[in-house]
Amino acid sequence: MVPVTYYLVLSALLFAIGAVGVLIRRNVIVIFMSIELMLNAVNLSFVAFARQWHSMDGQVIVFFVMTVAAAEAAVGLAIIISMFRGRETTNVDDLNLLRW
Amino acid sequence: MSLPLFLVFAALLVVSALGVILQRSPVRSAMSLVSTLFLLAAVFVFLDAHLVALLQIIVYAGAIMVLFLFVIMLLNLQSEPRETGRVGFRLVAALAGSFLALEVIQLTRAKGTVAGLGMSGAVPEGFGLTETLGERLFTHYLLPFEITSVLLLVAVIGAVVLAKRHTS
Repeated sequence: MVPVTYYLVLSALLFAIGAVGVLIRRNVIVIFMSIELMLNAVNLSFVAFARQWHSMDGQVIVFFVMTVAAAEAAVGLAIIISMFRGRETTNVDDLNLLRW
Repeated sequence: MSLPLFLVFAALLVVSALGVILQRSPVRSAMSLVSTLFLLAAVFVFLDAHLVALLQIIVYAGAIMVLFLFVIMLLNLQSEPRETGRVGFRLVAALAGSFLALEVIQLTRAKGTVAGLGMSGAVPEGFGLTETLGERLFTHYLLPFEITSVLLLVAVIGAVVLAKRHTS
């Protein structure tokens, strides 16, 4: 059996890759996908701990995370579409309306 | 799950996750993310989370990624030009990412945590199946479940309002 630590290390690696993606990419859709990657990394931790402690609670939380991610994707992509209509770009450097 | 099999899946996962952030074409990034999600679903099966693995494929790789691809193609996004003059920033980002990963890895090795703990033995009957998860969801987590339905309703209305063309 693979120890639970290995799954946590894998989860940490995936989360870090997602965080670096948010930092280095300028395309808002790819940044969005990096956020999904981080959510999935956390889901892996939840499932690994659920298996470790024989508790279904971790898997229920993953269910909720997926629901929230779906809602977030729908609203986020709608925002991207409406921003693209006004400015014809998905580059975050050009989308500086909220910057002072 | 045997260790060599786990290592193969872990390597594939890291490679396809790197593909998500390093590909210049958004469509390729999205396809890398789809393969990452499928590989994660496989890992979930090995962790006895059968329903979650299924939901991962249906909801994530199915619904959410189709939404992403749909928007990418709707906006007709091209590959980004190769970036120049931001090498320093990328280096700092990579360093920060490695530091974050190392920090969390170190945390799993700390005393009094899961460090050195082997995976626990066989799971109880029905672990990870729809019946057990549903029972937990509809008893102990009933209120969060109902709130989730309101959240989805708000998201649907919000998406329609935001993406609607304003005619005035």
